[in-house]
Amino acid sequence: MKPYFKKIAILLVATIAFASCSKEVNETEMNELEGLTKIRELSNSTHTIELYSKKGELTVGFNEIKLRILDNTSDIFVKNAQVSWMPVMHMMMMNHSCPKSTVEKVADEGNLYEGYIMFQMAENASEYWDLTIDYTINGVDYSITSEIDVLATEKRTVNSFTGSDNERYLVTYIEPTEPKVAINDMKIGVWKMENMMSFPMVNDYTVKIDPRMPSMGNHSSPNNENATQSNPGDFYEGKLSLTMTGYWKINLQLAKADGIILKGEEITSNVESSSIFFEIEF
Amino acid sequence: MRNLSTVFLLFLGFGFLSAQNKEKDTTKIIQLKEIVLIGKKAAIYQNQAKSLGSIDEYLNKSSRINMIKRGAYAWEPIINNMATERTLVTIDGMRIFGACTDKMDPITSYVEVTNLSEATVKDGQSGSLFGNTIGGSIDLKRNKSSFGEKKLEVQFQSGFESNNSQKILVSSVNFKNDIFYFDLDVMSRNAENYSAANNQEVLYSQFNKLNFSNILGFKIKENKLLETSVIYDKATDVGYPALTMDVSLAEALITSVKYEVIPKNSTIENWESKIYFNTIKHVMDDTTRPNVPIHMDMPGWSETFGFYTKLTYSFDKHHFLVNLNSFYNKSLAEMTMYPNNPNENLMFMLTWPDVRTLYNGVFLEDTFNVSKNSNLTLNISLGNHLNTVTSQFGLESLQIFYPEMSDKKNRFLKSFGANYHFSKSGFHYHFGVAYSERAPSVSEGYGFYLFNSFDGYDNIGNPNLKNESAFESNFSIGLKKEKFRIKANASYFYFYDYIIAKTDSSLSPMTIGANGVRVYSALENAAILNTGLSFEYFINQFFTWNIQTSYALGKTNDNQNLPFISPFSYISSLSFKKNKLISEIQFVGNATQSNFNPEFGEDQTPNFAIVNINAGYTFKFDKNDLMMKIGVENLFDKNYSTYADWNNIPRMGRNFYVNLNYGF
Repeated sequence: MKPYFKKIAILLVATIAFASCSKEVNETEMNELEGLTKIRELSNSTHTIELYSKKGELTVGFNEIKLRILDNTSDIFVKNAQVSWMPVMHMMMMNHSCPKSTVEKVADEGNLYEGYIMFQMAENASEYWDLTIDYTINGVDYSITSEIDVLATEKRTVNSFTGSDNERYLVTYIEPTEPKVAINDMKIGVWKMENMMSFPMVNDYTVKIDPRMPSMGNHSSPNNENATQSNPGDFYEGKLSLTMTGYWKINLQLAKADGIILKGEEITSNVESSSIFFEIEF
Repeated sequence: MRNLSTVFLLFLGFGFLSAQNKEKDTTKIIQLKEIVLIGKKAAIYQNQAKSLGSIDEYLNKSSRINMIKRGAYAWEPIINNMATERTLVTIDGMRIFGACTDKMDPITSYVEVTNLSEATVKDGQSGSLFGNTIGGSIDLKRNKSSFGEKKLEVQFQSGFESNNSQKILVSSVNFKNDIFYFDLDVMSRNAENYSAANNQEVLYSQFNKLNFSNILGFKIKENKLLETSVIYDKATDVGYPALTMDVSLAEALITSVKYEVIPKNSTIENWESKIYFNTIKHVMDDTTRPNVPIHMDMPGWSETFGFYTKLTYSFDKHHFLVNLNSFYNKSLAEMTMYPNNPNENLMFMLTWPDVRTLYNGVFLEDTFNVSKNSNLTLNISLGNHLNTVTSQFGLESLQIFYPEMSDKKNRFLKSFGANYHFSKSGFHYHFGVAYSERAPSVSEGYGFYLFNSFDGYDNIGNPNLKNESAFESNFSIGLKKEKFRIKANASYFYFYDYIIAKTDSSLSPMTIGANGVRVYSALENAAILNTGLSFEYFINQFFTWNIQTSYALGKTNDNQNLPFISPFSYISSLSFKKNKLISEIQFVGNATQSNFNPEFGEDQTPNFAIVNINAGYTFKFDKNDLMMKIGVENLFDKNYSTYADWNNIPRMGRNFYVNLNYGF
C-alpha cells in the first residue's frame, strides 16, 4: 500500500510540474510582444532581427529595446543566442557610441532579448546612427549592421556636458515615463564618457532635482528626493513630486560623493533655471 | 488672553449679582434664540425699512451676525465672530454646502428674501440641532402658507436702487384652502457696478440673479401634512471686486419632501421628517479681468443628500426634542490654468479632491420647567463624521504632502450644553455652559493650493487635523418695562486645537505673487469673547429710540489677535410710526479696529459712522394695497470700509432706493 501511494504521489507532482511548466511557455510566447511595437527589422543572409519598443521608434534619450532573432531557413526564433550590440554615430568629423547595456534574455522559454541604449543625439541630414548586433548561436558568430533612425524629442531628456572636473558626463531621464500628479518614482541614468566608444555608469554621485513650473511663477513642489544609487551600477532613484499637470522643468545639479557640484546651479530668485535640466509635459 | 478672561469674569460677576434680585412672576420664559424676520412677514410685522433688501442686509441687523464682504453680492455670515467653518447655516433644517473653495457662495446666497419668513439665530452649541457647530447656527425658515379658508393672493413687488442701478422684480402667488396650499415666487435682481463715495466706481461689483421658489402642501389626513419644496437659484456675471476672480455662474437646485404629523391630545406635539437633495454648481473664472498673470478657471460642485426626523413631545414639566439627522455630501473643485504659451499643456489640479462626507447624528434636548419662572435646558449631540477622498488623482495629489494619508478619515463628534433661564416681572436672566466639537471643513482638511487673497497665501488642507473643540459659557440679562427694554449679553469660547492655517516657509507658493504657503494646523488654545448691549426706549406712542452695541475680542494662546473679530460697533435709530406712515433715521458705526493682526492680512480699519433715512407709506385702494418704501443709505456719502470688508474694499456711497409692493 505504502510504496504504491508513494508512486502515485510522485506521478501526481510530476504531472502538475509539467503541466504548469508547459503552460508558462505558452503564455510567455503569447504575451511577450504585448504592449510592444516593432521598430524595424535588420537582416543578413541567415537571420532577421526584429527590434521592438513600447513606442515603436528610437528617440534621443533612454530607449528600452527588445529584440528577437528569426532563423531565415527554419522560420523558428532562436532562443539560445549570446547577443551584444554597438550603436555608432557617424558624424562629419568623427564616430562615437553612446551608453548602452548588455543584451540579456527576457525569459528562458521566450524568444525575446532585451537591453537599453541611451542616444545622446538625434540623426540629421548628414549625420546618422547605425547599430551593429553581434550574436553567437551554438558557437557560430554572426553579425548584422544596419542604419537606424534616432529621432529628436521635443522635450529635453538628455544633458551632455563637461563637469567642473573636466570629465564629460551624460545625465538622462528614465522614469516616470507616464508622470502623474503625485509623488512619482524617478529614475535617472548618469554616465561618464571615458572615450568615444566607452560610456561607463558613474557610481556614488547624487543628482539633485528641483522641479519648477516656469509658466506659473517658476514655483516648485514639496517633498522631492534627490536621486541616488542603491548599489553601484544601478540607475539613480529619487522622488519627483508634481502638484499639477502641465509643463515642468526639472532643474538638476550633479554632485560628487563629497558634495562638490560638477554641474548645475541652485534655483534662487535670480537664477530661474539650471544649466542642466529635464523637461516633461503631461 | 489674561485680559480677555478678566473682562469675561467681570461680566459673569455682573450677571450673578443681577440674578440675586429674584421676584415671583409669571412672565413667559424666553428661549435662547433670536429671530430675524425676513420677507413679507418682516414687512408686515416689523415695518422693515427696505422690504426688498438682500437677505444679507436682513441678517446683518442681528447683533450676533456680521458679514464678510467680498463685493456687493453673497456676503459670508459670521456668527459670534466665527465664520462658515465654525457655524451652521441651514434652510428649513437642510444641510447645504457651498461649492466655492473661496467661500464666495455661502448658503444664504442661494435663497432670497421672498422665499423666507424668518431666520432663527442660535448662539454657540445650542445651535447643534442639525449638526455640529461651535459658534452658533442660523436656520432660514421658508415663507409659506398654512391650511385655512380659501384665499388667493397675488403680489407684485419692484425695487430700484440708484447707486448701482439695481432693478428688482418679484411676483408671487399664494393660494390656500382647507387641504392644500401653494406658494410660488419668482424674483430677479440685476445690478451694475456700485460706486463708493464721490462716485468712485467699484469695478467688478455687478451681479444678476434669478430665483424661483415653490412650496406645495397637502393635508393627507387630519393632522398629517405632506409638503414639497423647490428652490432654483441662478446668479450670473457676479463680480467680486475684492477678489481676483469673478463668478460667471452660481446655480443651485434645492429640493425637499417633508412629512409632518401634529397629533391632537397627545404628549407628542410634533413629528416632522424630511428628505432632501440639493446640487450646486459654481463657476469661478477671471475671463473678464484684464492683465491677469495667468488666466484660470476654478469650477466647483457640491451635492448633498440628507434626511432628518424630529420629534417634540411634552410630559409633566419636561419638553423633549429628538432629532436624527444624516447627510451625504460630495464636494469637488478643480483649477485649470491656461499658460501664456498656447502650445503648452493646460495646468490642472483638483482643489477639492471629490471629498464625500457622511454624517449621522442624533440631537436630544430636554427643557425642564424648574419653577414657574425658570427652566433648565439640557442637550446632547452625538455624531459620526466620515470623510472619503474618492478621486485617486486627488488622493495622490494630497499624498505629495501626506505620503501616509489614507482615503478615509472617521471622526466622532460630541457636544453638550446646559442653559438656565429665569424671568420675572420683566426681568430676564440666562446662563449657559457648553462643550462642542467640530470636524475640519473640506478646505481645512483637503484643500489643495487654495489661494486666500486676504492674507496672500496658498492654503493646503491637512487631513490629520484633530477635531476642534470649545468650552463655552454665555449669559444674558434683560429688563422689559413699559417704557423701555434693556439687554446685555456675553459669550466666551475657549478653544482647544483651534484650526488655522500656519505658514510653512519651506513650501513654494503656486499662485503667482503669493506671499507663501500655509498649511492648516491648530493652535493649542484660542479664545473669543462677544459682548452686546441693546436698549430700546419708547419715547411716546409715535417715537422709539433704539441703540445696539457690540464688542468682541479674539486671542490666540500667545496673545495674538484672531482675524475677523469685530471692533466696537453700534447702531442707533429713532423711528416714527403713525397710522400708515413709518419713518426712521439710523446711525451706524464702528470704532477704530485696534485688535487686528497683519499676519492674517488685516490692517487697522479706521472708525466710521454713516446715516441712513427711510420712510414707508401704505396706500389703500378699494381692494388693493400699495406699499411704498423710500430711503437713502449713507446719506453723507462717506468713504468707509469695515473690518470685515475683504481687502478693505470701499462700501457703497450714497444710495437712494424705492421699493413698491402691490397686492391684490
